[in-house]
Amino acid sequence: MGQDFIQAIVNALGGTFKDILPIILVLGFFQAVAIRKKIQNLPTIAFGLVLVVIGLSIFIVGLEKCVFPIGTQMANQLTDLNFLTSGDETVIAAIKNSIKIDPAIYLWTYVFAFLIGFSTTLAEPALIAVALKAKEITTGAISAWGLRISVALGVAFGVTLGVYRIVTGNPLHYYIATGYAFLLVQTYFAPKMIVPLAYDSGGVTTSTVTVPLIAALGIGLAANVPGRSPLIDGFGLIAFASLFPMITVMAYAMITEILAARKTTADK
Amino acid sequence: MDVFPIILVIAFFQIIIIQKPFPNLDQILLGIVLVVVGLFIFILGLDSALFPIGEKMANDFATKGNALWIIFFGFALGFSTTIAEPALTVVAGKAGALAAGAGAIKDNPESIGSFVLGLRLTVAFSVGTAISLGVLRIIKGWPLIWFITGGYSLIVITTFFAPAQIIGIAYDSGGITTSTITVPLVAALGVGLATAIRGRSPIIDGFGLIALASLNPIIFVLGYGIFVYGLNI
Repeated sequence: MGQDFIQAIVNALGGTFKDILPIILVLGFFQAVAIRKKIQNLPTIAFGLVLVVIGLSIFIVGLEKCVFPIGTQMANQLTDLNFLTSGDETVIAAIKNSIKIDPAIYLWTYVFAFLIGFSTTLAEPALIAVALKAKEITTGAISAWGLRISVALGVAFGVTLGVYRIVTGNPLHYYIATGYAFLLVQTYFAPKMIVPLAYDSGGVTTSTVTVPLIAALGIGLAANVPGRSPLIDGFGLIAFASLFPMITVMAYAMITEILAARKTTADK
Repeated sequence: MDVFPIILVIAFFQIIIIQKPFPNLDQILLGIVLVVVGLFIFILGLDSALFPIGEKMANDFATKGNALWIIFFGFALGFSTTIAEPALTVVAGKAGALAAGAGAIKDNPESIGSFVLGLRLTVAFSVGTAISLGVLRIIKGWPLIWFITGGYSLIVITTFFAPAQIIGIAYDSGGITTSTITVPLVAALGVGLATAIRGRSPIIDGFGLIALASLNPIIFVLGYGIFVYGLNI
């Protein structure tokens, strides 16, 4: 079995290298043609790039061999009509005939969506990178953990609402347009320094870990809910997962600001 | 440490809610070890390679003072990383199958292939444009909110004219374009540039590139959908 993993990692190394190759070419071209300077510490940087490729490959194999299969399997088990109705044949028949479905019977799916959205976001490498950068340039005013937890909460809310949308079959753009409107209003009240970081966190969250797991959940759900098409209704969860972190990160900054203001008044 | 919550959630649901034993427990444990070790090595590499390169290049561009080169660099970086993005390839393939199923394009491998390639080129082009626009924004010091407000308004308006089959894919394409390798590099580029240019603040001006790279593909893919399927009036 260990043999399988080593083989998978070797294969993944090729794939990751292919992903990073265009980036190296672009960097090399501009370094040679536009900047025309020798790169300092070339050995350190080359070694660092090798670490990035190796680390990401090992990480991805671990995800594919253990986390994803379980996630997919869990999405299927939780949305299975037999599980939802405790195997009650008459209820299953009634659901299949009436097309309409009571969104409440998917309670455990909502709980799962919330928790899996939260936990996968905490493990997202791209988010860890940005949180470290934000902490560094604000010299700790924005804590890496505070940012990661608010983003994770945003993804959790977003995925849960997205799952509810798939169950009810409402049009995606009503939710998204409302979310954008809320976001724009909130932007005018949020502290100015958080705005760009908040908007970035929307795109950052949906990366290596979150996208495959959440896509599996959406497509599994759309395939199992009567009257939904996986191709039309299965998409859209990632859109929710990108929208809500922007709202929660701004909320996090607003709350921190209010608390800080209170503290200064209390100190006086 | 970072993956511990995922394990907890999955274990809770498997044991308490679904009440079935774990299949292949030893494989799962080995997988978890790989995830933890891989993430550790990745972050080590991030600190010693991707962050320094991004900042060094941003700094060199800024001191050379040639804005055109760096805007071009932004485009090349955005385009090349997106066209190679595995998640995009997967989603574009599904969109192709959907288009063929809906009868918008012919149901043969050639038509589907050209639809998929067109979609990937559209997304890559939109990310390239977004990064060069974002770089220009940092150089000029324009407020990000102008772009965000304008962009989202454009998305909402375009959505009402876009065919239903493309909307979900378009909205998702915004999130999937920004990969694990691109994000640290682009973040370092933005922050490095804002640090090097006088009068810019790294926190206010340095972030925002990823935001534009997530927003622009939505508009472009909606446009691509209108181009392929026709206006939805």
